[in-house]
Amino acid sequence: MALDSATVRRIATLARIHMDDAEVATLAGELNSILGWIEQLNEVDVTGVDPLTGGAHMALKLREDVVTDGGYPERILYNAPDRSGDFFAVPKVVE
Amino acid sequence: MTLPPSELTGLTIAAGRDGLRAKAFSAEELTIAHLHAIEALNPRLNAYLSVGHSQAMEQARAADAALAQGDTRPLLGIPLAIKDLFCTTGVRTTAGSEILMPFVPPYESTVTEQLLRDGAVFLGKTNMDEFAMGSSNMTSHYGPVENPWKRRQDANAVLVPGGSSGGSAAAVAARLAMGATGTDTGGSIRQPASFCGLVGAKPTYGRCSRWGVVAFASSLDHPGPITRTVRDAAILLGSMSGHDPKDSTSANVPVPNFEAACDRSIKGLRIGVPKEYRSDGMPGEIETLWRQGVDWLREAGAEIVDVSLPHTKYGLATYYIIAPAEASSNLARYDGVRFGLRTDGEDLRDLYERTRAKGFGAEVRRRIMIGTYVLSAGYYDAYYLRAQKVRALILRDFTEVFEQVDALLTPTAPSAAFAQGEKMDDPITMYLNDLFTVPADLAGVPAASVPCGLDADGLPLGLQVIARPFDEETMFAVATALERAADFSALPTLRAGGDWESDVKDYLDKLAGA
Repeated sequence: MALDSATVRRIATLARIHMDDAEVATLAGELNSILGWIEQLNEVDVTGVDPLTGGAHMALKLREDVVTDGGYPERILYNAPDRSGDFFAVPKVVE
Repeated sequence: MTLPPSELTGLTIAAGRDGLRAKAFSAEELTIAHLHAIEALNPRLNAYLSVGHSQAMEQARAADAALAQGDTRPLLGIPLAIKDLFCTTGVRTTAGSEILMPFVPPYESTVTEQLLRDGAVFLGKTNMDEFAMGSSNMTSHYGPVENPWKRRQDANAVLVPGGSSGGSAAAVAARLAMGATGTDTGGSIRQPASFCGLVGAKPTYGRCSRWGVVAFASSLDHPGPITRTVRDAAILLGSMSGHDPKDSTSANVPVPNFEAACDRSIKGLRIGVPKEYRSDGMPGEIETLWRQGVDWLREAGAEIVDVSLPHTKYGLATYYIIAPAEASSNLARYDGVRFGLRTDGEDLRDLYERTRAKGFGAEVRRRIMIGTYVLSAGYYDAYYLRAQKVRALILRDFTEVFEQVDALLTPTAPSAAFAQGEKMDDPITMYLNDLFTVPADLAGVPAASVPCGLDADGLPLGLQVIARPFDEETMFAVATALERAADFSALPTLRAGGDWESDVKDYLDKLAGA
């Protein structure tokens, strides 16, 4: 299934990556070549095979639903590109 | 100083530790020797992205004070390099990406915390492929790394150190650190170790905490050591390992004495030789070295068994669905709002899109696009779910084969180090580097690369030992047997101590001029 420019644009939007026309065209070619190569997995008979979701056969652990950390806004905001008081600041979202 | 600096930088971690305890030299002397070597060689190699002179000296002096009190922590006073994927408190951590150029973590990764707990000295942070996505260190935003090894006939060619832990490998090979941390998602510890004549050990998934390691593909990311000897890898891995409640996939199992495992005999062990670890165009000398490795292990008393891992050839394609899928999710956090680079836009959404277009390099953008696509509605089952099923079959191959054998022996990579700019024509050519390393990541089983010989160009080649989950001890025992038999003693052209006198003179001249 070949990707066209419109599909590449749609994926770029989903991925929140700004892309100009030249890059869309280049990426369409590269992605098609990679996805074409990946098609080899269709040769494999996976009937009745359960998917392996994690890095190993281990049950994820549960912990108590309690706050164990926090209380240091300065450390959290230390790397913020923009802040307003104890909040991250972004361009206005709602008029 | 009882040893000249060139000999201090040439010591193994084990010898450095013993020398420090015997007061043959001080941690300060050892650290200064390495910092001088970095000053001299790093401008050319670009192995370190940042060097922490004053922090390293403070840590070294603290180590000397502790040594004077008889402290015997395993890494006390040992100078190490840290891949720039590990968050280090107050020290910029970039993951090789422009998007993290301004990022200074307010916390320490569990692995580096444990190395500090055990007394290590951190020299600096090492260069790497952007977000660990690459096999040549060519995708780093901060420029490529030069492999300290040179082709005999073509000493002017600048070779890649492999990747993604290329800076760590180049630093250890050039004697700019006694050992280094790396991470391995598709081969990023073992392939650079093979390219730089080093030992690289990827432990079992869950053995080393991923907490504080910048995430690429969470179900595949494995921290591990890069060193000059198997014993050194065992020492470092011992400090890096252990259960961490902050990583939900960290395994709550005891950490054995890996160093002691290096002294185990391999007599009677069954070693499997999987017929699928071959590729079109693989140089004959790699096949020959592999056969030589088999003979060495047989002579050391192991029983050799021909085995099959039938889904090996599907490993790469499986990896190039699962790793980008996880990456597209993990890298969603870089949006220019809470940390990292911000590029302003017309509105919030435009800010996100422009920040990510500017901050991510071409390979990272490509992988996010693939990952987003294979997870998108209508394609999830065809790509992602199918890949997870093939991954289960790859694990099943290993599980079944480990009912017959104790460990596997394979080549590490299908080639020796190549030149900068080679294999860049299309992404898949570069991806094929990881053909033999990817399966162990997908299955989560421990695997180590050991330098075993040189090709006709004089470049190092590694062989890989793969073992059962949580049986790194057998991996280290077999790796040590290979190391003893191979007796790999070749040295890279560019290294501290190669022309030490002029290195020091250049350094002093520079200081005088500053």
